[in-house]
Amino acid sequence: MKILNAILGATALAALSLVSTVANAAGFPERQITMIVPFAAGGPTDTVARLVAEAMSKDLGQQVIVENVGGAGGTLGAARVANAEKDGYTILLHHIGMATSNTLYRKLPYKTLEAFDYIGLVTDVPMTLLARKDMPADDLKGLVEYAKANKDKVTVANAGIGAASHLCGMLFMSSIQTALVTVPYKGTGPAMTDLLGGQVDIMCDQTTNTTKQIQGKTVKAYAVTSPKRLDVLKDLPTVKEAGLPQMEVGIWHGMYAPKGAPKEAIDKLNKALKVALKDTNVGARFAELGTTPSPDADATPEALKAKLEGEIARWKPVIEAAGQYAD
Amino acid sequence: MDLFSNLALGFSTATSLENLFFCLIGVLLGTLIGVLPGIGATATIAMLLPITFQLEPVSSLIMLAGIYYGAQYGGSTTAILINMPGESSSAVTAIDGYQMARKGKAGAALAIAAIGSFFAGTVSTFLVAIFAPPLTQIALQFGAAEYFSLMVVGLVSSIALAHGSIVKALAMVALGLLLGLVGTDIYTGTPRFTLGIREYADGLNFVAVAVGVFGIAEILRNLESEKTRSVLMSKVSGLLPSKEDFRAMIAPVLRGTVIGSILGILPGGGAILAAFASYTVEKKVSKHPEEFGHGAVAGVAGPESANNAGAQTSFIPLLTLGIPANPVMALMVGAMIIQGIVPGPNVATEQPALFWGIIASMWIGNLMLVVLNLPLIGLWVKLLTIPYYVLFPIIMAFCAIGVYSVNSNVYDLYSVAFFGLIGYVLSKLRCEPAPLLLGFVLGPLLEENLRRAMILSRGDPSTFVTRPISAALLFFAALVLVIVFLPSVKKKREEVFVEED
Repeated sequence: MKILNAILGATALAALSLVSTVANAAGFPERQITMIVPFAAGGPTDTVARLVAEAMSKDLGQQVIVENVGGAGGTLGAARVANAEKDGYTILLHHIGMATSNTLYRKLPYKTLEAFDYIGLVTDVPMTLLARKDMPADDLKGLVEYAKANKDKVTVANAGIGAASHLCGMLFMSSIQTALVTVPYKGTGPAMTDLLGGQVDIMCDQTTNTTKQIQGKTVKAYAVTSPKRLDVLKDLPTVKEAGLPQMEVGIWHGMYAPKGAPKEAIDKLNKALKVALKDTNVGARFAELGTTPSPDADATPEALKAKLEGEIARWKPVIEAAGQYAD
Repeated sequence: MDLFSNLALGFSTATSLENLFFCLIGVLLGTLIGVLPGIGATATIAMLLPITFQLEPVSSLIMLAGIYYGAQYGGSTTAILINMPGESSSAVTAIDGYQMARKGKAGAALAIAAIGSFFAGTVSTFLVAIFAPPLTQIALQFGAAEYFSLMVVGLVSSIALAHGSIVKALAMVALGLLLGLVGTDIYTGTPRFTLGIREYADGLNFVAVAVGVFGIAEILRNLESEKTRSVLMSKVSGLLPSKEDFRAMIAPVLRGTVIGSILGILPGGGAILAAFASYTVEKKVSKHPEEFGHGAVAGVAGPESANNAGAQTSFIPLLTLGIPANPVMALMVGAMIIQGIVPGPNVATEQPALFWGIIASMWIGNLMLVVLNLPLIGLWVKLLTIPYYVLFPIIMAFCAIGVYSVNSNVYDLYSVAFFGLIGYVLSKLRCEPAPLLLGFVLGPLLEENLRRAMILSRGDPSTFVTRPISAALLFFAALVLVIVFLPSVKKKREEVFVEED
């Protein structure tokens, strides 16, 4: 049977390629762990998840398998974890959307602040404010002036409602107190294509998507939204330096378990997360993407809980002012 | 010559023993997984992605590219053998390929698909090597208005060429357009026709719909009577195409290669049109249009070549801009990033061995596919001799696994079941599923680009005629309509999408 052979072949290869590691002593984890990523494979969040999952596997002595459950702005995957067995074998890696979906979606099937236990913050990916290559303005001040003077003409692209670029675009408009023309796309790819082609004027997106374009000078970059300049883009000023401190924002990623998971599991997962974030490979790959692993102080359940609560409060008025909901 | 030194570098990278090995593994895995019904290239790569993480970047990308062509090829195999397309492109192959199989020419159909794909792959690989940067510049000229006009051309030419059952074909396109509306409106965030089911917020899954209306419906139809059932497994004549078959496939392969190469470059969904466009063209120029839908060689050769050419040239936006043209390319970007290579405009200069190695491996991969698949054809065809009471349940089971594995979404399975019934009813009403799928694929693109073009032009519809490329495309669409309504040509009008049996 060809079909059976196909499956056997694939499994055999998968098994071969997975580097097995020394098993932990008894207790959690006794079998593989599933890490749900609420977005499609290949995207920036998936990349972060896979890098971290691989490093965590080594510490836990069990494979951490990434499963992509995309759809509805990440809320399908989050719902899946909220309803999963509360044994710590199903965990969630989600980004800032965990906080914003609480306002963007008025009918969530789970209560964001009550349905999850926290494992820790994973990373905080900065955003970069970009414009088409032939944008006349040379610095952020010039861009803001240009945008204000041409507010009926200037277009801001984003990758769809709830996307990082959508949030950052809203933040830009609320920071300069000017409503520009929003142009949504289905995903970052087509939005970036139109920015490269000069079809749209401005976009703000994660460094994971923009660093190479900035280095290749195919777009004009104005500022990075992190508190410090990035090593990979040394010439790019921070929003604070460029005069828009209220635009400081990061696409933070956190790791969660369903509420009620055993404490032993949470502790072990948290320890594995901390080990993974110090892994040299993870650090090097993160750096190429323009981000850094969260320090020990942030990779804790307490820090993630505080972040989530703070960010829900921060984005609620911004989203409500824009008046656009995703349900 | 820069080109030759670059290609030499590429081939020396790609022909290292290690890379050849991974190319072979990729092509093999891709083919094997791709022949599972309902699993196309996207699902295959998504499933096999983690395997590549442990390899060297070049090897892993070569292997992934191999999986990509392999899966695409494998997808055509199921389309031909059991009417079960795994991607929009192989949906077109299913029309005539499956009919060939029912006539006992399954081996010939598979060989034609393989040879056509190889030729198209060879030509378009060189196109990628020579023209990648300038072609990219053209692709960037395509904004929302241009894509809208391109989609209009796609819809108009399919409708204009239909006759006889033109009302039914139109109804099917319209139904497809309506099904394409299901999901969240990206401009306002409003869910449309989702019945309050959040799993449908991103729309209906193409694979689920295609597997339903084509495959499941076909199985239901086959179960109807002993007579039709036996057609599937009986008479398998000659495994290789006859001399006439070869003669009949030359021109369609050439045309398909050109069409696919051009459309594949456009990152905004041009490649989707490639197979459909080629089928339309072949039927239009054919001296025996009545054969289409009943196992025309051109109906397999053209779309398969177009599809493979488009698959190759869709690497152009990825390699030169760092922007994925389709979901498979998006997965490749993910794989590259995990390997520490962030794709962008500078990949060609920063990593010449990688860039040219991938290009060279495209050709090697295609060669391997032919060498690998021609002998396998006999085996695939033997599948058809499995008794239906064994084969059908296996097909259904693998369909379910394949569709579920894409998004781990159980509602996709409900879609398969539902559209299987719909497909069965439609076939009873003598309505063909192909126009439905065309509408379903083009509808969302049409709407998305229409509305985006209107936003960008501040609500001024003249944007479609003042932008030269868009105006030219619309003019072309109008021309097609005029030709159709001219009396002299009217007689020659043919049905595009008839697949009666």
